[in-house]
Amino acid sequence: MIANWINNAQYAQLQELWWFLCSVVGSLFLFLTFVQGGQTLLWQVAKTEEEKSLVINSLGRKWELTFTTLVLFGGALFAAFPKFYATSFGGAYWVWILILFSFIVQAVSYEYRKKPGNILGARVYEGFLFFNGSVGILLIGAAVGTFFTGSNFTLNEYNFVTWTSSLRGLEAAFSLFNLSVGLFLVFNARTLGALYLLNNIDFHGAGELEERLRTAVWTNFKLSLPFLGWVLIQILPMDGFGISDNGEIVRVTWKYLLNLVQVPALFLALVAGLALVVAGVLLTVRSRARCGIWSSGLGTVLFGLAVFGMAGFNNTAFYPSKVDLQSSLTIYNASSSIYTLQVMTWVALLIPFVLAYVAYVWWSMDSRKLRLDEVSGEGSAEVY
Amino acid sequence: MIENMDPTMVNWARAQFALTALYHWIFVPLTLGITWIIAFYHTIYVRTGSEEWKRLTKFWMKLFGINFAIGVATGIILEFEFGTNWSNYSWMVGDIFGAPLAIEGIVAFFLEATFFAVMFFGWNRVSKKFHLFSTWMVAIGSNMSAVWILVANAWMQYPTGQSFNPDTARFEMQNFADVVLSPVAVSKFTHTTSSSMLLASLFIISISCWYLLKGRHIQMAKRSILVASIFGLLASAMVGLTGDEAAFEVAQHQPMKLAAFEGLYHGEKNAGLVAFGVINPDKKVGDNQDPFHFEVRIPGLLTLLANRSLGTFVPGINDLVYGNKDEGIMGAAEKIKKGKVAIARLAEYKQAKKTGDAQGAAAALASFNENKPYLGYGFLNTPEEAVPPVATSFNAFHIMVVLGTLFPLVFIAFLYFSWKGTLLEQKWLQVLGLPMILLAFAAHMAGWIVAEVGRQPWTIQDLLPVTVARSNLTTGTVQTTFFMFAVLFTILLIAELSIMAKQISIGPEEG
Repeated sequence: MIANWINNAQYAQLQELWWFLCSVVGSLFLFLTFVQGGQTLLWQVAKTEEEKSLVINSLGRKWELTFTTLVLFGGALFAAFPKFYATSFGGAYWVWILILFSFIVQAVSYEYRKKPGNILGARVYEGFLFFNGSVGILLIGAAVGTFFTGSNFTLNEYNFVTWTSSLRGLEAAFSLFNLSVGLFLVFNARTLGALYLLNNIDFHGAGELEERLRTAVWTNFKLSLPFLGWVLIQILPMDGFGISDNGEIVRVTWKYLLNLVQVPALFLALVAGLALVVAGVLLTVRSRARCGIWSSGLGTVLFGLAVFGMAGFNNTAFYPSKVDLQSSLTIYNASSSIYTLQVMTWVALLIPFVLAYVAYVWWSMDSRKLRLDEVSGEGSAEVY
Repeated sequence: MIENMDPTMVNWARAQFALTALYHWIFVPLTLGITWIIAFYHTIYVRTGSEEWKRLTKFWMKLFGINFAIGVATGIILEFEFGTNWSNYSWMVGDIFGAPLAIEGIVAFFLEATFFAVMFFGWNRVSKKFHLFSTWMVAIGSNMSAVWILVANAWMQYPTGQSFNPDTARFEMQNFADVVLSPVAVSKFTHTTSSSMLLASLFIISISCWYLLKGRHIQMAKRSILVASIFGLLASAMVGLTGDEAAFEVAQHQPMKLAAFEGLYHGEKNAGLVAFGVINPDKKVGDNQDPFHFEVRIPGLLTLLANRSLGTFVPGINDLVYGNKDEGIMGAAEKIKKGKVAIARLAEYKQAKKTGDAQGAAAALASFNENKPYLGYGFLNTPEEAVPPVATSFNAFHIMVVLGTLFPLVFIAFLYFSWKGTLLEQKWLQVLGLPMILLAFAAHMAGWIVAEVGRQPWTIQDLLPVTVARSNLTTGTVQTTFFMFAVLFTILLIAELSIMAKQISIGPEEG
């Protein structure tokens, strides 16, 4: 049945499937940015070396998962929507280079921070982690914001990109809307980070850390709200970029609100997502639960799906050009050939299997919480 | 329009890719190879329950972890650099090239990332068997990722299973199996992974020799050497076999590269292989200088290597640049002419489509299709541009081959004295073993220089020159990021080496 569907699917169906799959990977990445959020909390919540060790080692068992999801997000976009990959990475050069830079320095920091002979000292590696969790996530948010506000590029008849702003993508961070998306993601990541740590650590002997983490959940959640509010207030009445019946890109009033109304699944994902994020926070703050990460995490995934869906589905140009409307990218004009999408769909059948073993390993490694005696003193040989 | 760009910018972008790729390759082969050896050590520990083997496994695992982190750090930039610095390339071949990268993520990176945490932190958290399983999964995951990135690289060397679509102005995939199972991909993967295992074996031998010379951790060092020598010797045999296959594939699909790394200007039947030679770096194609200051050739061996039968013709650089009618070889000059026709017809086709001139479009398309195989040559200006840097290719190839011949002898010596039980007395061998890891790295770097410098000026062999593959960036921008990465990677490399040295000097017990 699946083979039949893949072989007989219409080009547009496969393009939509792949936008959905990329959205799933992107949304899972947003959930997994609890690692980045946790990195920026380090100084605030961990006052002693032991507490720092607990936080770093708890995050350190997950950082590669986040990193890999980002790499897959890039790879999936390259394979399924190569025109987006070429246009955005080659065009909005500096924004991507800085994001990459922040992930390069993250990748060594867990392993090298405490190792003797690390040249730079623990503080510098902690600084790298903070940079990754703050600037890195802020810029990713700003880049996502351009799905709605548009970018400065033109494509010629051979689809080669010319960027018309000399800031090469950094101009995205100077838009209040894009900046708000970025700051929302930063504070949401911090909220998720605190929720994850509350779930992952055994707080015997580290009770103060637990209290600081609970406070951090509440504070960062509150700080995320104005930015979320601003994004929602702006996005709903915004002039969006639609595809007309003859395939031209046109400005459409209330486009993103229309997308929510015309595609109820997106509306449901948005509302349910936000509700679950709030529920996770309230469970943690009011009922002193430790499972808030699952609710807020799932909420973040649903929120991400709604955002990516609003950008790309319902005849919307997901990577619009502000300077030349007809250069804008849609999931229909930016995708790979039908053959490549079919091949990729076969491979995508492995995704549930991958998710299953990731979940199994997560469960079997974390069923016992991380204890203080595991990261300090005797028997702490294998730690970050 | 498709046009050639400022050569300075292209060369900085080239330099940046070379920098990031070579830095990445300092760490990757060790990861690829040592995971198998660690999995083997770990298996012995689980089967015997011996604390000594556990300590040994943990020690090599620790060094692996230090190396792995920086491998990941230098790897992410490579994936995205295709987009940032080579965006025309990303568009023109993304339909084919993107798939292996995405598949690499799905089937390989998650295996590595997920089980890496279990391998390191699972000692008291999961069952012994699941822990061992995880170590094997890291080895399999790492090497699976090599499969896919090498499939992608092999496709650039031998672009099979695709065709150019004039409407989208890009190459599109026609046959996935052709891309994945191309003989170039198979030989590239087997040669790369076996030589990585060889490098990892020498890494273990070099460090163990240091312990023997210092008189520390004697038991662990001896055991490590024994296993590493067996692995290394087997790997050497594979490296030899797959290297022969790789050279054969180059001869079939990239004759210019073969001619360059042998410094062969005039093609001949029963061409000899240079056993030893000093190449003349000032020699240019078309001039009368002797290509070599001095050379010793083994008669007939190059023909045998390239064509697997004696008496056949191996084309030289001059044949490929200026053509050779007797052997039926079309020269680059003629290919350039045809390529320029293809580019012009493509533009005419696009224009005719725009104006709705169906007849004109069909005529232009027919002529385009005729000249399509030479499309890439249309972007070159002179036939001499089709020649890669000969001296660099020659030197890199010969350094690789000489070192590849030396390594099995080293493994045999270590095995022999391990077997006789007199390894401890052989100080000379321990001293000889010390620098072996550096030589292994030299061989690896040389191998990639042959593969990548030897295929210049092409990003995609015969179809897309590097000058067209670039992004639309200023030279200053690329220079800035070049130095950003050069400085960052150098600092991280120094930190890595310093941490590694410290851990080695701490040794297995206390670490």
